[in-house]
Amino acid sequence: MSIRLHNIGKHFGSGRQRTQALEPVNLDIHDGELVGLLGPSGSGKTTLLRIIAGLEHADPDGGARILFGERDVTNVHVRDRRIGFVFQHYALFRHMTVFDNVAFGLTVMPRRNRPTSGEIRARVHRLLEMVQLEQLAHRYPAQLSGGQQQRVSLARALALRPDVLLLDEPFGALDAKVRQDLRRWLRHLHDELGFTSLFVTHDQEEALELSDRVAVMSNGRIEQIDTPDAVYRSPANRFVFEFLGDVNHLEGEVRDGTLTCGEARLSVELPDGSEELLLRPHELRLASAPTPEAHLPVTVTATSPVGAEVRVELAADWLGEPWLATVRHADYERLGLTRGQRLFAIPRRWHRFPDASPAPALSPLARAA
Amino acid sequence: MQRIGDAPGVRRTLILAAVALAALFLLLPLVAIFAQAFAQGMGVFWSNVSDRYTVAAIGLTLFITVLTIPVCLVFGVALAWLVTRFAFPGRRLLQTLIDIPFAVSPVVAGLVYLLLYGRNGWLGGWLDGHDIQLMFAWPGILLVTIFVTCPFVARELIPLMQAQGSREEEAAVTLGAPGWTIFRRVTLPNIRWALLYGVILTNARAVGEFGAVSVVSGAIRGQTNTLPLHLEQLYQDYNTVGAFASASLLALIALLTLAAKATLEWRAARQEAHP
Amino acid sequence: MSTRALPFAIGRTPKRVLPGFGLSLGISLTFVSLVLLLPMTGLFGQLAGLSLAEYWAIISDGRVVASYTVTIGAAAVAALVNAAFGLLLAWVLVRYEFPGKRLLDALMDLPFALPTAVAGITLATLYASNGWMGRLLEPLGLEVAYTWVGIALAMAFTSIPFVVRTVQPVLEDLPAEVDEAALTLGASDATAFRRVILPHLWPALVTGTGLAFVRSLGEFGAIIFIAGNMPYETEITALMIFVRLQEYDYAGASAIASVVLFVSLALLLAINVWQGRFIKRLHGGRG
Repeated sequence: MSIRLHNIGKHFGSGRQRTQALEPVNLDIHDGELVGLLGPSGSGKTTLLRIIAGLEHADPDGGARILFGERDVTNVHVRDRRIGFVFQHYALFRHMTVFDNVAFGLTVMPRRNRPTSGEIRARVHRLLEMVQLEQLAHRYPAQLSGGQQQRVSLARALALRPDVLLLDEPFGALDAKVRQDLRRWLRHLHDELGFTSLFVTHDQEEALELSDRVAVMSNGRIEQIDTPDAVYRSPANRFVFEFLGDVNHLEGEVRDGTLTCGEARLSVELPDGSEELLLRPHELRLASAPTPEAHLPVTVTATSPVGAEVRVELAADWLGEPWLATVRHADYERLGLTRGQRLFAIPRRWHRFPDASPAPALSPLARAA
Repeated sequence: MQRIGDAPGVRRTLILAAVALAALFLLLPLVAIFAQAFAQGMGVFWSNVSDRYTVAAIGLTLFITVLTIPVCLVFGVALAWLVTRFAFPGRRLLQTLIDIPFAVSPVVAGLVYLLLYGRNGWLGGWLDGHDIQLMFAWPGILLVTIFVTCPFVARELIPLMQAQGSREEEAAVTLGAPGWTIFRRVTLPNIRWALLYGVILTNARAVGEFGAVSVVSGAIRGQTNTLPLHLEQLYQDYNTVGAFASASLLALIALLTLAAKATLEWRAARQEAHP
Repeated sequence: MSTRALPFAIGRTPKRVLPGFGLSLGISLTFVSLVLLLPMTGLFGQLAGLSLAEYWAIISDGRVVASYTVTIGAAAVAALVNAAFGLLLAWVLVRYEFPGKRLLDALMDLPFALPTAVAGITLATLYASNGWMGRLLEPLGLEVAYTWVGIALAMAFTSIPFVVRTVQPVLEDLPAEVDEAALTLGASDATAFRRVILPHLWPALVTGTGLAFVRSLGEFGAIIFIAGNMPYETEITALMIFVRLQEYDYAGASAIASVVLFVSLALLLAINVWQGRFIKRLHGGRG
């Protein structure tokens, strides 16, 4: 079932206390899509999710409308919206067993629609089988691990066969390993059952890995909505670029095609004036000599050879904040990187987002030798 | 935000029911006390309050209260310090024991003291031999008052000191502060409002205790009559207005207690918001 | 294996970091022994002088048994009324904002702050047949003063804060997500309250009601004025003890007091144990 949002805005307080939690937003989510709402805290992503669920009300002015398929649910109470909602802290009913938690939605249906108790039992067992928790049906939530509780919470949300599944930071309270597993498992479940899902997260990796499309939010606005690949490779603006990964800044004056910043120089095809360039850590190469295009002398201040790549922290007099570069282990060994070593950074690529123009990103390639 | 029971109709009905019941059940008696006390005008009220026996009862009540508070304060602080700052066998038992006065009927409390210190009691007999009479005299009233009020200070302090933990005191120890200085400069500022509220509760209960005191006092007018006992006698003598004049004084203390509590809670909430 | 202790286990346990252990232990133990425990010996000393048959005769005397019935019956009614009334008040104070809320909140502690004798004469005056309430209720055929209804009323008055003040913090700590989870699953307000909220409040509600009941069993000052104190009809057990004392029947008073004491302490213990088990289930531990 598709979800269409039209002019959904939200403010809290009034007068001087008024804060705009959500600028009026338009958003179309296709049937069967898995969309991630990504943003820092306070960006309005949870508010938007809760408005779709019916847990908050959008500001009525401006003709706010929420459509599930052809059904207008703008004024439909949360209990009649037929959504499944998964809470960050699971919100399991502590006094009920796992079985009773999952069965809850079915047992509170009006008597005329309610399945027989045999049907309920069968359905709950199927759901528990699906989330691989059959053995724990008669445990209480307090006796489960965080990951298990979140699976119960998901099974409970799916018991009513909702049209739409909404997840609020579903993995936020779990540790890294469990989070990985659950993510994969949710993706699998989504593809198998084909419901439409929307989830909120502040974790870029999670959003990019899990979603069909990502909506990046900040300050109550959707900054960009696109596939993970497109969002990462061609960010709509500086915020999106900075939020999706580590960023190195290079500020300086451009004259005759050369950007200068202290003793640092970089050839750029830009008009004269002051410029700020942004570089991703993996877009930096480290070398023992400068190239004709790039003369960026730096000193290694720290290295951390953990994971697939080595993270190298770089400092220089001309840098306000230290840079971060990620290099392959092979290069790390070849260069024999040690703390205090003086090297040259050579950008493979850089980005710039002129402040004045809200136009889409300029992402030119600067070929470096 | 959607919460259960937020529908305007439900909400209005429940608030109305709660307010109406509270007004009828709690506020009306409070109003009635003062209405009765002043039923025959200010003059009668004043002559009732300044009556010789009333003044004597007020005096005795204050005397007992002034003696009770320091005892309860020392015990409460010592016990709270002990059970929240040290681990030792029997700690839980000790915490349970101090709840006894809350569970015991005041009449039973008075009785056990009477049995011990009365002329027939094993300790009382010995005291009697030395011409010391505790029961049916002010020392007896003091003893039972201490019994019924002793948990209040400790009960206010223990949860607070437990929540605060002993990090700050440990830091003070590492900085070389001696014991009393630690208590005075580190602990006391953190617990002063709870301590004050404990004292206020102790005061309210000490002033108003009836059941236990009536067993051990003998209720001799002008001598061993506390204010609650005095108002009982007036009431039994069909001097309703006189009884309520005394009652209004006690009700005033109760109101001050409630106001103090509200103020302290408000202050605590504000401190939490703007530390 | 030699029997020598490991080096770090030699000597006494490490000295306590914070000062004042000896002093606070000394004060606490002295106080608890002298004020709380020593007086209890008087009671047991007195009881030791009674044979079992004499003891049984005293506590099973018709008038005394009638007083148990009156006390327990009225306390049970008062506790049940308070369970409902206290739940309503706690709910309203936690869930809604309205003018006068802080005043209502402060008023909840009145029964604790008001001396019981004051409450007693006030309720007796209000509900007497010529009192403000009595005048309204009597024509309706509801006599409160000098009946067991009055006893229950006085008990309810003095013990209402127990329910409100135990339920209130639990309700405050109930996360909004619990409400929301129930609503997203389609539950109506009434169903959600009954199946989700109430079970969360249940331990606190039972504890509060239990404490109110225990308090009512022992209450004296607030009741004797409104009770009428008719033997076999409106005489409470605490008053029976008092009456025996005035007759200088110390043994009788002690025997009845021991029953009251035993029941109160047993109930208190039962409440604690029950609460502990309930909390264990909600907060972990295998079950």
